[in-house]
Amino acid sequence: MSDKQNHKPETGAFFQRDRDWHAPAFTPGYKTSVLRSPQKALLSLDNTISEITGPVFGHSMLGELDNDLIHNFAKPGESAIGERIIVHGRVLDERGRPVPGALLEFWQANAGGRYRHKKETYLAAIDPNFGGCGRTITDDDGYYFFRTIKPGAYPWPNGVNDWRPAHIHFSIFGHGFAQRLITQMYFEGDPMIWKCPIVNTIPDRRAIEQLIAPLDWSNTIPMDARAYKFDIVLRGRRSTFFENRPEGN
Amino acid sequence: MVQKLGYLKETASQTAGPYVHIGLTPNFCGIPGVYKSDLGASMVNDKTLGQRITVKGRVIDGAGMPLKDALVEIWQADASGLYNSPAEMRGTADPNFAGWGRCPTSAEDGVFTFETVKPGRVLFKDGRLMAPHITFWIVARGINIGLHTRMYFPDEAAANAEDPLLARIEHRHRAETLVAAGTTPNYTFDIHLQGEKETVFLDI
Repeated sequence: MSDKQNHKPETGAFFQRDRDWHAPAFTPGYKTSVLRSPQKALLSLDNTISEITGPVFGHSMLGELDNDLIHNFAKPGESAIGERIIVHGRVLDERGRPVPGALLEFWQANAGGRYRHKKETYLAAIDPNFGGCGRTITDDDGYYFFRTIKPGAYPWPNGVNDWRPAHIHFSIFGHGFAQRLITQMYFEGDPMIWKCPIVNTIPDRRAIEQLIAPLDWSNTIPMDARAYKFDIVLRGRRSTFFENRPEGN
Repeated sequence: MVQKLGYLKETASQTAGPYVHIGLTPNFCGIPGVYKSDLGASMVNDKTLGQRITVKGRVIDGAGMPLKDALVEIWQADASGLYNSPAEMRGTADPNFAGWGRCPTSAEDGVFTFETVKPGRVLFKDGRLMAPHITFWIVARGINIGLHTRMYFPDEAAANAEDPLLARIEHRHRAETLVAAGTTPNYTFDIHLQGEKETVFLDI
């Protein structure tokens, strides 16, 4: 499945996950987590080959408009309504090394804060030209970009008056299944970030700040689209030089 | 002062939310035409080697209700015990088997279904063999960070008895939560998020 057979594959185990940095499972301010959070301790152990390996996706699977949410659901000649933006950045690991060939999938509400989903009941209008999903694969430097419209904020049933700040959901595959990650990107300057019960499941303010994409004025395209830069960090691998090798392997 | 290690922090996980299917299985949730098919919807073709099996199950919350908005991914070795991954250094896996699948839980009854092959055994790092297993990863609204677990096979009692991961489970009756029900070729693997039958989840 890989496009890049010329890279020497890395086979080390991944750095252990910092469970104090991530949200805990049980976060009563986010009510749905109450009945969906494991209550017993996780079984902690070092990676085996089942986690060190992972699926790889080739660039050939991508369609021309997969990374253009403004057009990938729009009728010919039309485009999605909203503020045109480019989201771009790099996928790195904890050692700061680029992660090439990483599949990124993203989904979001439309400019009015409405998702195209049958369970969505918010009264904001559907945009007939906006589907809300896209995907891309990082290049050899771990770089990615996509075009979209800036999603709107929206209310959700949690507290009586809870609203989600504007955000884009990201799903990321690294090179090992242990790196599998889903997260959300927020926008610089949005005062609603700090009021959100889902954002506030994360205990460490620095971890939240790492989810906020700054406006990237240098990469903004005049008369077309503003740019936001969002780098993503996946678990790093230990050097394989440190591994004990079983006899005969 | 000492030198700085200079490592970055992993991007924090956030819940996949109620609309994860828009992003990961758009055809399933009524957004056709963006992608030809949903990624991971089909794992085997007519050339795939090995015993065909079907794995069905549910993800059940602390009130006993199956989640109807969850998404499950699996990752497994091929029939001969090789992973289709660049980090697999022991040989070349079956080119007709990617080893990865993705399935939403059904909006009607919360059931997920994977048509796959029975995986072969793979080595633990000390050279012992692990029992055949399938890695599961579960995300949904209300789950802040994806849950990792494993499914083992009920008809592999001898291999399960010497599996290094199962052996690490202190409360022996909880090891049963990782063993599917059924027999070849139809298995059922229910995942319990909480309660007496809470599945053993992995920090791995």
